[in-house]
Amino acid sequence: MRRIREERDEAAFAELFGHFAPRVKAFLIKSGADAGQAEDVAQDVLVTLWTKAHMFDASRASVATWIFTIARNRRIDVLRKDRRPEPEDLTWGPEPEPDQADAIAFQQEADALGTAIAALPARQRELVERAYYGDLSHAEIAAETGLPLGTIKSRIRLALERLRHVMK
Amino acid sequence: MNDINHHLTDALLMGYSAGTLPEAFSLVVASHISLCDECRARLESFDAVGGAVLERSGRVAMDDGALEACLGRIANADWAPTRTVAKAVGSDLPEPLTSYVGGGLGEVRWRKIGGGVSQAVLKTSKGATARLLHIPAGRQLPDHGHQGTELTLVLKGAFRDEEERFGAGDIEVADQHLTHKPVAEEGEDCICLAATDAPLRFSTMLPRLVQPFFKI
Repeated sequence: MRRIREERDEAAFAELFGHFAPRVKAFLIKSGADAGQAEDVAQDVLVTLWTKAHMFDASRASVATWIFTIARNRRIDVLRKDRRPEPEDLTWGPEPEPDQADAIAFQQEADALGTAIAALPARQRELVERAYYGDLSHAEIAAETGLPLGTIKSRIRLALERLRHVMK
Repeated sequence: MNDINHHLTDALLMGYSAGTLPEAFSLVVASHISLCDECRARLESFDAVGGAVLERSGRVAMDDGALEACLGRIANADWAPTRTVAKAVGSDLPEPLTSYVGGGLGEVRWRKIGGGVSQAVLKTSKGATARLLHIPAGRQLPDHGHQGTELTLVLKGAFRDEEERFGAGDIEVADQHLTHKPVAEEGEDCICLAATDAPLRFSTMLPRLVQPFFKI
């Protein structure tokens, strides 16, 4: 992402495309899109990754998380044709000089969360996946998710506090 | 930041992260998160779950020439504008709400619904309704129970029900098990953003009769 943002490196884009485009397409098909829609939306999502690269904050999100949010928003526009109001932005964008150590620590938290989800009992894991594929209504999502979000949440909270401090 | 004591539930945050809440609920969730860093951090954690689900979704091959098509599109693309949801200058409402009202609290078009209470219904998609409520200090909202879920975000002033106090920024998540009599605190009128996915059920006869007319 850094090479895309700072150097507009097309080879770096091609690498991310190779990894994420087929996954975004699979995610959209599991969310109810047909192959043609999924192809079009996946291409849009990867192009958006490029045009909004300067808004990515590596101390608060992994690349996978960020791509998920772009894909989710396109899915709402294209498949659900609904609106999803967004929260107010915190500032003029991410911290100007994201700390490499923060970004690496965040990526480790995100990897640990992925491992924890993979290790959930099958039935619970399927419920989480179905929720994100858009299969469950609010009433069907169990109030107690049982997901181990404590550590990743603490890290995001710290990043938000730093951002508030920078803004002052 | 306000001192916020009542927060969003995990189920609402997960539904909002997944993008499956009805628009009226999303509006309340987005407005609360605009005021509450704790729930913003929780939401971004649920987004991280979405990222993990995306990684686990398997792979479906892209069409031939897809990468070349995208490289062609980005070659001439400009950066998107940085600020997407900027705070409107001088607005006394959270930004997501400002665009529905068309300004700040001064722009709200209130309609009286009895008991001194006024409301303004906001235009959202089917599945749930959203409205602003203005309750004079010390007044009670009509006694009601709930068939579905009702979210109430306090924007100004405060209300109390039998057990708890809800001040500015606090959100109450009520389901069908709760029948309550919220009362606006003395001293300041209370303004709330409320959303429900079912028509409210009033305990007294008159409000039930007027319900269809006022879209409560």
